[in-house]
Amino acid sequence: MNNLLLKNIIRFVLLILVQVFLLNKMNLSGYINPYAYLLFILLLPVNINRSGLLILAFFTGLTIDLFGNTLGLHAAATVLLAFLRPRVINLFFSNIEFTGDDEPGLPIIGVGGFFRYALVLVFVHHAFLFFLEIFSFSNFPDTLYRIIFSTLVSTLVIMIIVLLFTRKSK
Amino acid sequence: MRSLFALLWKYQFFVLFVILEVISLLLVVNSYSYHRSLAVNSTNDFTGAVLEVYSDVADYFSLRKVNKELIEENSILRHQQVSSFLFTDTNVVYRDSLYRYIPARVVSNSVNKQSNFILINKGSRHGIQKEMGVVSAKGLTGIVTGVSEHYAYVMSMLHQNSRISARIKKNGQLVNVIWDGKNNLLGEVTDIPSHVILSRGDTIITSGNSLIFPEEILIGTIMEQKISQNKDLGTASIQFATDFNSLRFVYVIANMMKEEQDKLINNQTDE
Repeated sequence: MNNLLLKNIIRFVLLILVQVFLLNKMNLSGYINPYAYLLFILLLPVNINRSGLLILAFFTGLTIDLFGNTLGLHAAATVLLAFLRPRVINLFFSNIEFTGDDEPGLPIIGVGGFFRYALVLVFVHHAFLFFLEIFSFSNFPDTLYRIIFSTLVSTLVIMIIVLLFTRKSK
Repeated sequence: MRSLFALLWKYQFFVLFVILEVISLLLVVNSYSYHRSLAVNSTNDFTGAVLEVYSDVADYFSLRKVNKELIEENSILRHQQVSSFLFTDTNVVYRDSLYRYIPARVVSNSVNKQSNFILINKGSRHGIQKEMGVVSAKGLTGIVTGVSEHYAYVMSMLHQNSRISARIKKNGQLVNVIWDGKNNLLGEVTDIPSHVILSRGDTIITSGNSLIFPEEILIGTIMEQKISQNKDLGTASIQFATDFNSLRFVYVIANMMKEEQDKLINNQTDE
C-alpha cells in the first residue's frame, strides 16, 4: 500500500517536472504543446475511489495551471478526463478483471489497448482544453486542427514514456 | 432534507464532478477579462523560483545572441547621450524624469497558447506594479498583470485580451493593435479609417494615450492592409517588432506621474 503511494507520488513529481521544464518549452510548428502529465491520471489504479480520482485530477490540473498562469483551464479539462476514465475502462476492458491495486498499464491491457485508452481520453481532454482556451467556435477548423494534431503528439509522447518505463516482467 | 442528502451521497461522484468543474470554470472565466485577470492570477514566488532554475540553465545557451542584442542596444543608447549631440544652444532644459526603466530577465514565456504570459524575475520588491508597460530592446512586449514579491506576470501582446492603443507613424492616425491567436509573429491593426492607405513596412508606434507606455515605442511594421468596401474602419496585419519566441531580457516601464494622471482623470469623471 505504502509502496503504491510512494510510486504514485514519485510519478506525479516526475511527470510535472517533465511537463513544466521540457514539454511546455517545446514549440512544434508554432502552437502544438504536448501534455504528458495526463499519464499520472491514466495510470492510477483502476479500483481507486472514484471521488478521490476526481480530486487528484483537479489538483494535478491546478498544479499545471500554476506553472502556466492558466488558472482553472487544465483543472477543468483534467477533471473531465477523470470523470470519463471509469466509463472508458468499462467500455474497452469489460472482459478484463482488475484486482487489488492493478493499474491500467501495458502488462495488463497491452500496448494496443493502452493506446486506444490513452487516445480517447487525451482527445476528450484536449478538445475541452482548446475550446475552453479560445472560448468561441468562431475559428472552428483551426481549433479542430490544433485538437487533432495535439492529441496525436500528446498520445505519442505518453506512449514513448510508458514503453520506456514499463518493466518487462515475464 | 435527509433524503436529499442521501440522494447527493448516492450520486457523490457526479455531484463532486459538477462542483470541481464549476470551480475550475469560474477560475477560467475570471481570467478572461483583462480587468478581472488583474484581480485573480496565480503569480507566486514558489512557481517563479522553480521556473527560474530552468531559465538559469537555459540562458547559457543563448549568451552569444543576448550579448549581440545588448551591444546593439547600447550603441543606440550611446547615440542618445548628451555628448553625442552638437550643442549650439547653451540653454539646456533638464526635466524631471517621467519614465523609469526597470530591467528584468524572462523566467518563463509561452507563444503557443491563446493567452500567453511572460514571467519575469522582478516583483513588488523592485517597484513593479500591475498595469506597468513592458518593452524589449526591439519593441513593445506586454503589460504587467500579476505581481508577487520577487516575480511578475506580464500579459504578452500574444494574448486574446491584449489591446494596445497605437498610432500610424507617417500620418498620426490612431489605431488599435490586437492579436488574433494564430501566429506568434503577426498581429492585427484594427480601426484604421478607410481613407488611410498603408503600404508594407509602414511603422506602427504607441500612441502615448494609455499612460502605460510612453509615446513612440515601436510596435511593429505593416505586412498587408485588408481593404473592405462596406466598412468605415479597416484592418491590417502587422509584424511584431519583438520576437516573442526568443525573449530574454525586458524593461518594465514605471510611469512616475501615473498617480497624478489617474487622480486627474478620476476627478474629471466624478464631476
